[in-house]
Amino acid sequence: MSLKREIAFVLNGVRTRATVPVEMSALAMLREVVGLTGTKYACGEGECGACTIIVDGLSTCSCLMFAVDCEDRDLTTIEGLARDPLGEKLERAFVECGAVQCGFCTPGIVVQAKHWLEAHPHPTRAEIQRGIEGNLCRCTGYVKIVDAIEMASRNDA
Amino acid sequence: MKVIEKDTLIGKRIAKLDAPEKASGKTRYVHDLDLPGQLYGRILRSTRVHARIRRIDVSKARALPGVHAVLTAADVPYQRPLGVGKDQLPLKGDKVRSRRDEIAAVAADSEEIAAAALALIEVEYEDLPPLTDPAEALKPGAPVIHDENLPPPAAHEALKPGAPGDAEAHRHNVAMTFDYAQGDVAVGEAESDIVVDDWFRLHYVTHCCMGVSGIIAEFGPSGNLTLYSNTQVPFLHKREFAEILGMDPGRIRIIQPPIGGGFGSKLDIYPFEPICVFLAKATDRPVKLVFSREEEFVASPTRQPVLLRLRSGAKKDGTLTFRTCETLHDNGAYTSWGATTPFVMMQTISSLYRVPHCKYHTTAVYTNNPYAGSFRGYGNLQATFAVEQHMDKLAAALGLDPLEMRLKNAQDPGETTPQGMQFKTCGLKDCLTTAAAASHWREKHHAAIAAQKTPGRLKRGVGMASMLHVGGGAKIYPSDGCGTILKIDDFAHLTLMTGASEIGQGSETVLAQLVCEELGLPLDAVTVVNNDTDITPWDVGVHASRTTFIGGNSAIGAARKAKTKILAAAAKLTGLPEVELELRGGHIVRAATGEALMSLAKLLRSLHFSDKAELVMTTNYYEPPSHHQDKEFKGDVSAAYAWATQVVEVEVDTETGVVRLVKVTAAHDVGRVLNRLGIEGQIEGGIVMGQGYAITEELIVEDGVVRNPGFRDYKLVTAPEIPEMDIHFIETMDGEGPQGAKGVGEAPAICMAAATANAICNATGVRIYELPFTPEKVYRALHRAKAPGGTG
Repeated sequence: MSLKREIAFVLNGVRTRATVPVEMSALAMLREVVGLTGTKYACGEGECGACTIIVDGLSTCSCLMFAVDCEDRDLTTIEGLARDPLGEKLERAFVECGAVQCGFCTPGIVVQAKHWLEAHPHPTRAEIQRGIEGNLCRCTGYVKIVDAIEMASRNDA
Repeated sequence: MKVIEKDTLIGKRIAKLDAPEKASGKTRYVHDLDLPGQLYGRILRSTRVHARIRRIDVSKARALPGVHAVLTAADVPYQRPLGVGKDQLPLKGDKVRSRRDEIAAVAADSEEIAAAALALIEVEYEDLPPLTDPAEALKPGAPVIHDENLPPPAAHEALKPGAPGDAEAHRHNVAMTFDYAQGDVAVGEAESDIVVDDWFRLHYVTHCCMGVSGIIAEFGPSGNLTLYSNTQVPFLHKREFAEILGMDPGRIRIIQPPIGGGFGSKLDIYPFEPICVFLAKATDRPVKLVFSREEEFVASPTRQPVLLRLRSGAKKDGTLTFRTCETLHDNGAYTSWGATTPFVMMQTISSLYRVPHCKYHTTAVYTNNPYAGSFRGYGNLQATFAVEQHMDKLAAALGLDPLEMRLKNAQDPGETTPQGMQFKTCGLKDCLTTAAAASHWREKHHAAIAAQKTPGRLKRGVGMASMLHVGGGAKIYPSDGCGTILKIDDFAHLTLMTGASEIGQGSETVLAQLVCEELGLPLDAVTVVNNDTDITPWDVGVHASRTTFIGGNSAIGAARKAKTKILAAAAKLTGLPEVELELRGGHIVRAATGEALMSLAKLLRSLHFSDKAELVMTTNYYEPPSHHQDKEFKGDVSAAYAWATQVVEVEVDTETGVVRLVKVTAAHDVGRVLNRLGIEGQIEGGIVMGQGYAITEELIVEDGVVRNPGFRDYKLVTAPEIPEMDIHFIETMDGEGPQGAKGVGEAPAICMAAATANAICNATGVRIYELPFTPEKVYRALHRAKAPGGTG
């Protein structure tokens, strides 16, 4: 139905090509074209953070970005954090601290936390709360999410 | 000699079993599943709040390439009414009664084609006078919402009392009514030294599950239907689907992929679910139907909005004398669980404190507004908001400290209330004193009163509220039970098949923990299967804070049966009496010394590969010892009751009306802590959900239209806004509870709005009877300013 374009980018360290409709979001491309479903749709308008990915080092709501704008960029999704030392540390901390309930917001918050901790390696709790203010969670009341990010920020974690 | 010390899992901080896959993004929710050959379903909803449908033309939509089916009511003559009130068909053919109403549905090769097809459907309406103010619904000449003759439900078992209204009631816009009485309120009023009487207005909020609603329906070659569903009540759903579709329930299988939040929203069946099945049937292809967030706001249920009048009296010494409560429930266009919240509301009115005389009435009226479902707390947030403000008002009028007022009237263990609830354990007084001490209640409360008249922009105050909620299931359905199947393989690995659903609350982990505790096994020796009606035994569903209590007791029973069998076999092999043996650390041990006699795996193999050739497989069905209420709503409806007190400290900016939650001190009678990590998470999450209800959230419905269907304008609490939380557990060790535990899922959200109202009053001297406490509302209350164009 619609005009398509072939684009090339780096996804979780792997050179990737994808053919996408020009109106498709980066979120839809990840989920429907590439087949990585860890990045979630929960609002589609950049309000909840469930679709957070890292694009060229910046955390981004993938629902607000066109797929075609991923051309020549470096993308990291939750699936890419499994082999990243800080990402792995964060995932373990989220499990141990009880930061996961239904889990739907979790990948977006883990990605946001990874991005944010790299810029703020020794945060206070209040700073962590500000760091994830763009991510909504309906289950946990955020306390244990902050615990987890705090734990992951410690060198001994 | 190898010695294994006695150890316990109870009360430990145990990580959720499903957390690693969720934290790494590997969990596949319904949104993440695709079946081969799958089509995409979309629903056309009404653009009017109340209208007759004169004509629907789907010919252009049907002609669009990539469209496999376009259905209207005319295409599914076999559809039957659904939901609690059985007062709506999935696809509406004659008339629409709210903006969410489903008129047509499309199945197409892609979401985009389905959306394009919807845009090609032509609908001609004849508008009818709208009814969007519940207060108008009962007036003579009001528009009638339900004037139709629906086909009778296939097997309608009316809930009595509190049953949905009949056609005659519907002609007067009455969906349901509830009446309860104890004692004689006239006598109580005559004995009163003080009487307070107020109206309270409770608003619309909605669940905002992060995972939007969705379903996949697929018919197999033999006509069997498989549903990938987010339901909280798979076994009730199975039966209801069978009724709506005219199918044999035995041919329906419900698989529940992990659920992105429930909170009560998935307790009823909604039109989109059978509509997806109609599309799958029409196309003979799997069909996936997932909401957009906007659709989720418009077409999923809300919390029940309530207009409530409460009249309460007390003697000079603070003893409560009577309560009269009348409510008007805006039922919306159709009847779901929201209309039945009086079941819970009247318990708080009658039994949170000792009140000799009580009268309760609810009328739930039809309007053209969105309809309310069940939502964590189930009417109790609304009832507690009124009751706990009145406790403070009475205390203030009598010159008593609100804490003393509550302690004076608090229930004790061993009491049976006039409504028939038996409090075998009751930690209310401990909750009150614990929360008060930890929050420095007396000092802060008195200091705030003294500071009310002093100058200063920022005012601090504390407020308390307590709550009573079912904590041992609720006998609403014919059975309140849960089944368990347990099998242990040759390597001492357990498979726990339970009817209890995991919706993020952590039941999977707590059930595994309880079984391991009985059998002396580590948690990694368990696989929990809890999401497939073809495998798991019956359970009534995730509601009424019941899963740990009911599912837990069921699992423990199955484990004990297995243990009996294992120890009998071990006694034969070791020549020791069974009472001298125990299971610890995957071994059979001497109970007295902990000496390991043999591994459990070895014992199981010797049972299996012997002349007896036995496997250890057990089943158990647990039905709590609770009772259905009688026609007067009396009866011991739960096997245990949960209690809590929360003290909220606020800071009110008197120049902007902004209310900041500084700290919440919560004391909860939970029976016993099973998984400390999990229960803290439930309470923290409930507190913040209650904070949203109190301060930030409101679904704005004007003339039947939701005006803020998105997170930009519907304000959920974010991480920087949460209060400091100080949580205390009162362990009353309930005799019927699994390891002494009671339910806690709903409790933490219930007190927050009431306690916040009391705290604002303590800080400023101004009491507000209407939620939410937005800056605008608080500012107006403080400055007695009127809303533009209104009477506020």
